[in-house]
Amino acid sequence: MTRMVDSDAAQVALVVGGDRDAFRVLVERHSRRLFRLAYRMTGNEQDAEEIVQDAFVRAYRKLDRFESRSNFGTWLYRICANCALDRMRKQRSEENRREPGRDVEDERPGPLDTAASDAPAPDRLAMSGELGEGVRTAMDSLSATERAAFVMRHVDGFSIEEIARSLGLNIGATKNSVFRAVQKLRRQLEPLVSEAR
Amino acid sequence: MNHPDEQRLIEFAGGDAPGAREVESHLAECAACRERLDAVKRVVAAACAMEVPEPDAGYEARMWQRVSTSLEPGRSWSGWREWISMPRLAFAGAIGVLVIAAFLAGRYSPRPANAPMAAVTPQVKERILLVAVGDHLDRAQSILIEISNAEPGAGSTKTVNISREQKRAEDLLEANRLYRQTAQRTGDAPVADLLGELEPLLVELANSPSEIPASDMAALRKRIEARGLLLKVRVVSSNVHEQERAPVNTKPGNSL
Repeated sequence: MTRMVDSDAAQVALVVGGDRDAFRVLVERHSRRLFRLAYRMTGNEQDAEEIVQDAFVRAYRKLDRFESRSNFGTWLYRICANCALDRMRKQRSEENRREPGRDVEDERPGPLDTAASDAPAPDRLAMSGELGEGVRTAMDSLSATERAAFVMRHVDGFSIEEIARSLGLNIGATKNSVFRAVQKLRRQLEPLVSEAR
Repeated sequence: MNHPDEQRLIEFAGGDAPGAREVESHLAECAACRERLDAVKRVVAAACAMEVPEPDAGYEARMWQRVSTSLEPGRSWSGWREWISMPRLAFAGAIGVLVIAAFLAGRYSPRPANAPMAAVTPQVKERILLVAVGDHLDRAQSILIEISNAEPGAGSTKTVNISREQKRAEDLLEANRLYRQTAQRTGDAPVADLLGELEPLLVELANSPSEIPASDMAALRKRIEARGLLLKVRVVSSNVHEQERAPVNTKPGNSL
């Protein structure tokens, strides 16, 4: 029974029962994994830490909506993905106010679909000799939804249905976001990856 | 089949393509498409391998520090959401009990002559809650009794099947939270404390596997006994039922 007392659901019950410090166990247990998700989505350590903090605070406020039969880690992951998405959209919208020409709408074609000139040229990337840098640049070129859908599908192995539910999209839009993400990554990274072989 | 277009190939690489068999058969015969597929996979693998910095050793403690300053002290998760999130069956049951209790309270409580047709007085509301909590405690009591008397399965001495208790604990859990919060709000400490003690037990039961080791069962039984939980439920339940029987208009108004 000890393992049940230590389970996430039992900790949640303690928190809801008024033991605020029981939430510390959940924060310490899950914060590293959430950091990895948030970092992959933003590419920025400081943003990632703030997103993790927001995710825990949001989860705390919504603890009464957590169903004890569900997996707390997955529930938290979804909240964190949405926090990251919100922050990225907000940042892009602010950037767009500063640079009105920039695309911010997720479902509109991104710069790579319309104008190759916006993206770093493959030869420039290749010249840097840094595949890692190329990956970062390519990931930054994705819209917030594309990046979230790509990370959830290909890094963390969520199904299309789960991603759709988490991000509040329909199945078609989710599939399309994953497709567009890979398509954009491919256009930028394929020359680099081929060279690296 | 013609060469799959880019979208189909990318979806196939991700395991999401409709008609995957057709693509597979095509790939078996087409070296150019196999090369295209490998290229997609290499790009996806490179993007997935994006370097993520590992937070330092004090990260968890620091994160808690940050999170804890943003949490509202003394937050309670009460309100309509609790009602909405209750399992439908338990919700329907609770509503049923409330309706019947309201009817009985209205039907049999003494009413002064010429009294106005008040909808539901605070006393009647209180009585309705008493009936619901009394019913809830009776159900909790029967789970505790079943656990106290549970025997290992006939085929095995090592595990105990608790699927029945588990299902009932699931049904009671949301209602337990709701009643505990109500009792806390109205200052009924004995009921709030008891429901607070019951809650972790219901959570454990609801989340445990349906077959648990006999040693776990013995440990659970020991905890119930050590806390005198069954006795406490009986005492509080009996008090609640006594209050239910008291005349509606004479009962002082602070319990529950």
